[in-house]
Amino acid sequence: MKSIKKVFYVALMSFIVVSCGSNSQKTTDSTSNQDEKEVSNDPPSYDPKRGTGKFTKVEVGEKLDEKMATEGKKSYDVKCSSCHKLTDEKLVGPGWKGVSQKRTPEWIMNFITNTDEMLNKDPEAQAQLEICLVRMPNQNLGDDEARHLLEFMRQNDGVK
Amino acid sequence: MKKFNLLLITISVLTTIGLFSCKPKNAGNAVSGDAAGKTYVAPGKYDEFYNFVSGGFSGQMSVYGLPSGRLFRVIPVFSVDPEKGYGYSEETKPMLNTSHGFVPWDDLHHVQMSKTEGDYDGRWAFGNANNTPRIARIDLKTFRTDEIIELPNSGGNHSSPFITENTEYVVAGTRFSVPTDDANGDVPINTYKQNFKGTLSFVSVGKEDGKMQIAFQIVCPGVDFDLSRAGKGKSHGWFFFSCYNSEQANSLLEVNASQRDKDYILAVNWKKAEEYIKAGKGRKQSVKYAHNTYNDATHTATSEILNEVTVIDSKDFNDICYLIPCPKSPHGCDVDPTGEYIVGSGKLAALIPVFSFDKIQSAIASKSFDGDYEGIPVIKYESALYGEVKKPGLGPLHTEFDNEGNAYTSFFVSSEVVKWNIKDLKVVDRVPTYYSVGHLCVSHGDTKNPKKKYLVAYNKITKDRYLPTGPELAQSAQLFDISGDKMQMILDFPTIGEPHYAQIISADLVKNVSTKIYKIEENNHPYVAKGEKETKVAREGNKVHVYMTAIRSHLTPDNIEGIKVGDEVYFHVTNLEQDWDVPHGFAIKGASNAELLIMPGETSTLKWNPTKVGIFPMYCTDFCSALHQEMQGYIRVSPAGSNVPLTGTTGATAPAAPESK
Repeated sequence: MKSIKKVFYVALMSFIVVSCGSNSQKTTDSTSNQDEKEVSNDPPSYDPKRGTGKFTKVEVGEKLDEKMATEGKKSYDVKCSSCHKLTDEKLVGPGWKGVSQKRTPEWIMNFITNTDEMLNKDPEAQAQLEICLVRMPNQNLGDDEARHLLEFMRQNDGVK
Repeated sequence: MKKFNLLLITISVLTTIGLFSCKPKNAGNAVSGDAAGKTYVAPGKYDEFYNFVSGGFSGQMSVYGLPSGRLFRVIPVFSVDPEKGYGYSEETKPMLNTSHGFVPWDDLHHVQMSKTEGDYDGRWAFGNANNTPRIARIDLKTFRTDEIIELPNSGGNHSSPFITENTEYVVAGTRFSVPTDDANGDVPINTYKQNFKGTLSFVSVGKEDGKMQIAFQIVCPGVDFDLSRAGKGKSHGWFFFSCYNSEQANSLLEVNASQRDKDYILAVNWKKAEEYIKAGKGRKQSVKYAHNTYNDATHTATSEILNEVTVIDSKDFNDICYLIPCPKSPHGCDVDPTGEYIVGSGKLAALIPVFSFDKIQSAIASKSFDGDYEGIPVIKYESALYGEVKKPGLGPLHTEFDNEGNAYTSFFVSSEVVKWNIKDLKVVDRVPTYYSVGHLCVSHGDTKNPKKKYLVAYNKITKDRYLPTGPELAQSAQLFDISGDKMQMILDFPTIGEPHYAQIISADLVKNVSTKIYKIEENNHPYVAKGEKETKVAREGNKVHVYMTAIRSHLTPDNIEGIKVGDEVYFHVTNLEQDWDVPHGFAIKGASNAELLIMPGETSTLKWNPTKVGIFPMYCTDFCSALHQEMQGYIRVSPAGSNVPLTGTTGATAPAAPESK
């Protein structure tokens, strides 16, 4: 009975993971689901600094990539600014000031592209949800778009 | 697992007991013990098939899952739908434009899935308007009505929207013959025989974009065209239309159109007609009809009035149209998967004639005719007939097929579905329906590749089947498992409006291409606000345009002042969400139209004419988050001529809204 339960649990989990993945990763290629599965099938290795999602290593330069930051600002205006201010003041969600110092690039990229799974699993994301009580919408960001937003957050935090 | 089985058994047993105890004589006998298990689709699991069902006098099309019978969606097509803002938002009003102006209602009878090589391809569904003659095309990616074309020279489009095997054409045949639109229509009604004509329209469908165009119309003698089906395989290139009232009665048709023993099935060689049109043999006729298209990039429909069609007259060509006598007011005329057999169904008949395409071809070649009807050759009944199904039941209406050579015919008068073998014309099974079945459909049952799995009967009368709801009762669908030798009723469920024809399509063909969101980057609506930065309130004379955004959970701007009595205010609301299944709604107190229901990434417009001074609340109508109830705002309306400056703002902490001009 115990083992059946276990199998059922695993099946259920992978179902959730797969379905979240296919819903939220619209703009990414099919390999993303694979990556997620590998991560989530191995809970002990969960890295709260990295979060859950396809991004395991995000290269960030010491200096700002202005082009990326400019693109990121455009996406921010359309998809994020309704709920996030650029100061530390909370609107619907937390203000962005300092976010790029508080979180790793991987965590940020995973959170903004894999929002539903992060809100369901990641302790930090869940803690934030308890404060805001509005689940962050999945805004269907592409990989590049997410990277540009990260660069814009860095710019907002004073990286030159 | 065991628990699950036990649950199923319990459910089935309970169902069976329940039915037996209420209706020991009929319904209970028809349902056997494993019915519940066969229709049980566990919560969270998908159905195997979509069932697209006509809504009849509701004017809409509904979408069910099979075998569960769960209703997923009602797609607004020919009738306004305040729930979705369809026909109320500025963007969708043009969809219901006609040569008679805005028409808010119609009667949708038949549904057809687009086909490639004779089988469903999951791209579009078509529906017909039986009152103000039109055809609609619904996109199966968005489940929205994308296009509606009106049909001139017609009076009620019934034998429609049946399509050819590669969706080359969707056809329409007028139910009411009428004087053609370019003739003087101010004639005595009893001059039907001289002045009334029946017109068949062949509407071409764009291979890639599905765009409809009236390619040509064939003018025929004045009769009532009823139903139609395209040939397939060997008979591809032909279309078959049933008709009644060959008596050409203009009054008390119930009696006067049932005088002759036989009416006709009209066989049309549309490939031939196409050649004549190409060779310039058609006549340009001046008419007026609306063509309405919805644009997914601007989220906006446009309506244009067109002025010309090309017509050919059936009596001017001796090789396009042929009549086949068919007994007792024919209704259905259905073509089997091979394309060889054409099944006629006389509403008052007690037999089913089956015609042979090969025999029709030899009869035409050898001119085995029985004179003509207003210039159209009439093929001898025996020369076209393959055989008759004897004593199948009373009042056959419609037939669909399986992949093992069986046909399934609905019988209205005797309330039953009868299964018979096409080759030997013998009845092999019959089941009762509750009650008075009209149309039926089999999974992929009108294609070259039917699936012998499910059959649904659509019943006109339900009387004692459900809890009473006053004088008007639900109509119903009854689901049969036809995978075995015997048909087995496994479910019945109520439907919206009056279900006529429906089709059952494999879910795999549709579910994977479903649109989830409209990408905000691709939104080309002229009044879109891509982000709150672009929100504003702008005045042009007495017109005020509010560029508004909605996201969980606030509207921007949510405080609007400077609106005056007598203004015409347009709220262009852009839903900034980019997540599946997160629409926002929008409503204003006292608005005389309806709400908006705006999909993620979409822009919709509500027009509002404030007539009173005061404060008017507005809010989001679709529960969107824990703070949905907070998604609200106010509009201040001042007297005409007031000097209150025009402003739109959201919250003290939000970025200041740009100054209005």
